[in-house]
Amino acid sequence: MEPILTINNLTKKFGYLTAVKDLSFTINKGNVYGILGPNGSGKSTTLGIVLNVVNKTQGDFHWFDGNTTTHEALKQVGAIIERPNFYPYMSAEQNLKLVCKIKGVPHSKIDEKLEIVGLLDRKTHKFKTYSLGMKQRLAIASALLNDPEILILDEPTNGLDPQGIHQIRQIIKDIAANGTTILLASHLLDEVEKVCSHVVVLRKGKKLYSGRVDEMINSHGFFELKAEKHQELISILESHPNIEKVKVEGELITAFLNQPMSASDFNKLMFEKGILLSHLVKRKESLEEQFLQLTDNQAN
Amino acid sequence: MLRLIQLELQKLWLNKASRVLIIISFILPFTVLILSSIKINFFGFFTLELGELGIFNFPIIWHITTFFAAQFKFFFAIVVVSMIGNEYSNKTLKQNLIDGLSKKEFILSKFYTIVFFSLCATLLIGLATYFIGLYYSSYTEASIVFREVEFLLAYFVKLVGFFSLCLFLGMLVKRSAFALGFLFLLFITESITYGLMKWKLSDSIADGIHNFMPLQSMWNLINQPIQRIAMTKFPDKTNMMYDYAVHWYEIVIVLGWTSIFVFLSYQLLKKRDL
Repeated sequence: MEPILTINNLTKKFGYLTAVKDLSFTINKGNVYGILGPNGSGKSTTLGIVLNVVNKTQGDFHWFDGNTTTHEALKQVGAIIERPNFYPYMSAEQNLKLVCKIKGVPHSKIDEKLEIVGLLDRKTHKFKTYSLGMKQRLAIASALLNDPEILILDEPTNGLDPQGIHQIRQIIKDIAANGTTILLASHLLDEVEKVCSHVVVLRKGKKLYSGRVDEMINSHGFFELKAEKHQELISILESHPNIEKVKVEGELITAFLNQPMSASDFNKLMFEKGILLSHLVKRKESLEEQFLQLTDNQAN
Repeated sequence: MLRLIQLELQKLWLNKASRVLIIISFILPFTVLILSSIKINFFGFFTLELGELGIFNFPIIWHITTFFAAQFKFFFAIVVVSMIGNEYSNKTLKQNLIDGLSKKEFILSKFYTIVFFSLCATLLIGLATYFIGLYYSSYTEASIVFREVEFLLAYFVKLVGFFSLCLFLGMLVKRSAFALGFLFLLFITESITYGLMKWKLSDSIADGIHNFMPLQSMWNLINQPIQRIAMTKFPDKTNMMYDYAVHWYEIVIVLGWTSIFVFLSYQLLKKRDL
């Protein structure tokens, strides 16, 4: 696999505060990565360092094969950090012309990218007249101008209304479908779960996990069950060797597996024991549950 | 280099405030120059024609026009500090860097623009002076016409030096209004230090050190011409003699400050987390 970004033992200190601590991971071409972590976990700082706006304290990083300078590499990267930053007194088109000049891209790309984000008919309007959602979409158009190898998005849906969030997510999905590598920093787990194949989980500047989303914790999933013979079901579950833990919330019983077991096998077993299930669902933990489990484990 | 100048000119030209200030800083010196070169008739009582005073004679005209035109540099100084202040307040500095501009290129684009503007201003003043001089001056031999043309070089160096100082102050405090405040503070500090040195130390030491201070060294490039005009009227008063020439060391000192200011601006940006 072709590496796009390699980070080795990166550390950043702001005075006494260590924002990023000994962080290492690699971004490979073609995947959609999420950087997950609560607010203040060092996501933006890490992105700031690799984007040349924050100075590192220790460690190193390199773009692509390591033979290009960061400044040259950034011309093949598209990035949006936190809020869309443009010159308020210029129109969308003029702002993008400026970015074209910085990146060394022909002006002909401007209309093409404005079309993608649906701002073509507003291109002569001044940036300061835009709504937040439009500003954010303009930022995406700007990041796409150079047909980047990798698109970096830091909290792209922050502060948007549901419609805006939906639009931005759709744009991200379309871009990912074209094979562009994406690095998405967010604290919104469902967002990451919906678009990312790989995650890096950070907490207080330290890496907790990096790898595929579905391998984040060793889990064989769980059953959600309901039955008329409530107490009987619970006692059978508690004595069963495959079941690790049983959780009861009113009618609903949740049984966590400690080894693989299919729903049909389980159903058959229950039938043999004389229990008729009125509700049976086999699920894996959502990213949110996995994330909380992971951060909790580390806290203890 | 052209790319960096184009970048900055687009940022400045599309901004209404800086566009107006740039136009003013070009037009105002000319208006004053042209107004002073026409005959003003005070309701038939008397006519005032500055040309008759001999101030538009070569070579003294080079000295006079560059000195007075330099007083209008403040307008572009506002443009310089605000072009830094705006980049910080709009956070576009950060975005420029993310888009692939290096920190060095960022400072250079500002500095090149300063040099470009100073060059334009110098050329315009040079041409205007030349034509007004040709019209009024009693001497038109080339050897006299171009005798003190080094005042133009001094004017150019003075502008570049002064705007570089503004660039540095803008980078230092990030806000335009505070940067201008700092400029004023620097002016006061220089005067007070000079006064203190004169009081505690000898005159010659005080003058020596004062000449190396940033604002004073820029002032020294083009000394005030009033005394010189008086000298031409009363040539026998020898106590009015003073050294008004442009010296190579004065230019070197200002160029030294210019490089220090640009270098420090770059170091500031390099150290900063945005």
